[in-house]
Amino acid sequence: MNMSLVKKSLFTGVLALSVLATSAFAGGKPIKVGDTFPDLTTFGLEGKLPAELKGKVVLLDFWASWCGPCKESFPVMEELHKKYADKGLVILAVNVDETAAAMKDFLKEHPATFAIVHDATKKLVGTANISSMPSSFVLGTDGKVVAVHKGFHGKDTVKEYETEIEKLLSAVVAKQ
Amino acid sequence: MKRKILALTGFATVLLLSGCANVKPWERSTLADYTMRGDRDPLTISLSEHMWFSREAASGGRGVGGGGCGCN
Repeated sequence: MNMSLVKKSLFTGVLALSVLATSAFAGGKPIKVGDTFPDLTTFGLEGKLPAELKGKVVLLDFWASWCGPCKESFPVMEELHKKYADKGLVILAVNVDETAAAMKDFLKEHPATFAIVHDATKKLVGTANISSMPSSFVLGTDGKVVAVHKGFHGKDTVKEYETEIEKLLSAVVAKQ
Repeated sequence: MKRKILALTGFATVLLLSGCANVKPWERSTLADYTMRGDRDPLTISLSEHMWFSREAASGGRGVGGGGCGCN
């Protein structure tokens, strides 16, 4: 067999595999427990970010208007906000809808008093590279990820949220 | 001639493989739409089921995935 033919075949094969690999693994490494969550001010998020996140316990939730479990999670987050905001919890819901109008329509039906921003460019969600909708991250006062929640599973998720948040908030109180 | 065929095959392979794309969880808004559901029209489903059963004595086997939110 001709050597150049072999080389060409190999080259084509490698090229094909690399294209396949690129399409299959597009996106960054998913953010996991122990990682420092990226600086939110660098992603061009639409809407008002909470004034002070440093030294706060943060629940950051990625959601969309078309996502069923997100509808279930909203009243829960509202309850958590009412219960723990005074104690130092900040809830930030990051919307990943295609349009801000879809987000606003959802918020008319599911009003919320916690902070909501729109990730129009999908830069933040792409960086977090979440594997499920909704996905949420519980961040400690040092900005490190303490827990990652994939999806919203009703009472189970609520229980986990409360345990994690109370543990982190009590650590804050102990430090003071 | 052989080379040309090989090159063409390679080109076609690359072209086809580059068409593969993973839909990320946050990009599924269109798939989550009601119109993407396979079971959105009960009348059509019952008529189709009846037709398949009458013609081929076949029934069931409708549990094919595809559309949907893909949430949780």
